[in-house]
Amino acid sequence: MTRRQIDIIYRTCWTLALLIVAIPFVFPFLWMVSAGFKSTTEIFGTPSLLPRVWRYENFIEVFTYQPFARQYFNSLYIAIAVTVLTLIISSLAGYALARMRFAGAGLLMLFLVSALMVPEEVTIIPNFFLIRSLGLIDTHWPLILLPTFGPHGVMATFLMRQYFLALPRELEDAGRMDGLSRIGIWWRIALPMSRPALAAVAIITFLFSWNLFLEPLIFLSSLEMFTLPLALSNFNDSYGLPLWNLQLAATTLAVLPILIVYLIAQRQITESFALSGVKG
Amino acid sequence: MDLSRPETTARNDRAPWLTLKTREMLEAWLFVSPTVIGFLIFFLGPLVAVVYFSMTEWNLLSQKATFVGLDNFNDTLFKNPDFWHVVRNSVVFAIGLVPLNMALALTLALALSRPFFGVVFFRTVFFAPVITSAIAWAIVWKFLLQGEGGVINQMLALVGITGPNWLREPNWAMAAVIVTRVIKMVGLNMILYIAALQAVPRDYEEAARLEGASRWQVFTMVIWPLLAPTTLVILVITTIGSFKVFDHIYQMTGGGPENGTLVLAFYIYQQGFKFFNVGYAAALAMIMFVIVMALTLIQVWIRRRGTQ
Repeated sequence: MTRRQIDIIYRTCWTLALLIVAIPFVFPFLWMVSAGFKSTTEIFGTPSLLPRVWRYENFIEVFTYQPFARQYFNSLYIAIAVTVLTLIISSLAGYALARMRFAGAGLLMLFLVSALMVPEEVTIIPNFFLIRSLGLIDTHWPLILLPTFGPHGVMATFLMRQYFLALPRELEDAGRMDGLSRIGIWWRIALPMSRPALAAVAIITFLFSWNLFLEPLIFLSSLEMFTLPLALSNFNDSYGLPLWNLQLAATTLAVLPILIVYLIAQRQITESFALSGVKG
Repeated sequence: MDLSRPETTARNDRAPWLTLKTREMLEAWLFVSPTVIGFLIFFLGPLVAVVYFSMTEWNLLSQKATFVGLDNFNDTLFKNPDFWHVVRNSVVFAIGLVPLNMALALTLALALSRPFFGVVFFRTVFFAPVITSAIAWAIVWKFLLQGEGGVINQMLALVGITGPNWLREPNWAMAAVIVTRVIKMVGLNMILYIAALQAVPRDYEEAARLEGASRWQVFTMVIWPLLAPTTLVILVITTIGSFKVFDHIYQMTGGGPENGTLVLAFYIYQQGFKFFNVGYAAALAMIMFVIVMALTLIQVWIRRRGTQ
């Protein structure tokens, strides 16, 4: 056999192997959608990927069983709020840490680095009492404040700082000559040049908030305040057993839009995660 | 003092005691102030508080915190058999998850670091679970892994295998949680490995191939050593992540069956927010803090040694 033939065989084998490995990655999504359309009896019958009878009513019942539209909206607006706040706060602090000299900068960096090492689970108990004493239990405030100022926000700050450090200084110096203030330089020169970093922070922050579970679980108690992950885990009958078809229909509704956006912007999204590199 | 600035502007724009340097410093602190204030309120304060809480007796009966010194740690470490069971579960989870995750991530990255037909498709597929909510992922797998009538078991039955009741038997439940978690998270490490592999100069590999090295030799002698820093980072973040796993366990098994998947993060939640043993839960949180800190410091230490 020639080298070329060996190469072709080699590649075919790899592709086949990859296709087999891909099954448990794709299969759950397919099954989620299909089971969402099935009736309770069919869901436990002989497995088939396509429902014999498409039961669209599941997707309507999802909205009557829980205030699902409201919960969807909650997740959306909280994720947007966390993303916008994180973008502003992390780029401000990241800019100062990259470009400005000030007493205490070194100590501040050290403190922030140490925050990266401490998981939210460690501080969640005192934070619960703090939020309770502020009277903010069963509101969305803790879901906006804790992620913005927690380890995730610190990670975003470092990501922004890293990016600002790599930018050329000349434009900023020119801006100063033209009489721009610091805040003007940050807003008109530094931020427009850091679109890739801002996009990365926006993507990972939005997903972080969208998928957040521990905080909603601890702080929220009324159905109208729930966010999506909490709502999804709540599709149970009065015995606490899952209402599978409703639960999977709701999961489909929660997962599919994100998945579609991901399929469109796959490259941008994976690169954002590669850039942050500290999740999971 | 900044003498180079003309007197007039200094007088017109700002108070005379504001030299350029102090002005810059004030501005910088204004820029970082939201971060600093948030950090103090929601991080440093709670971190100090958790140390204090961990030394108090505070539960539903006592209703308020009484200082008891290191009693909680004494109870945790020496008297409570549950604690060691939880530690054992967490360690089993980590030992199962980390090597499986890293080996699969590296294999996939090696296959997908070069362009070929279908490379984008495969990368997209393997990364998709990473962006999916852990709760959604766990819901679907819990559905697929049901004992009777579960899709996986029905498929196994087609080839004549009687599948176990996955999530109702402690050991199978642990295995199921580990494997589904690996599938969920492996894409992230794959992406990090791909980035590292693409930074390896192609000349190295070509030179080695010209010398007659096999693909395997090129990997073990050229590529693997160059990947060492990435491997270290991935090892540490994956291990830390495995000690933090919560939502996945919450949704798939709820720590059961027979506490077979009760891991540290879930135990903290259970003690603190279900049983309201605040002092005890805080002591557990401190133990988690020490574990994560130790792992991070080991990483820093190995890196320092590597660069010297």
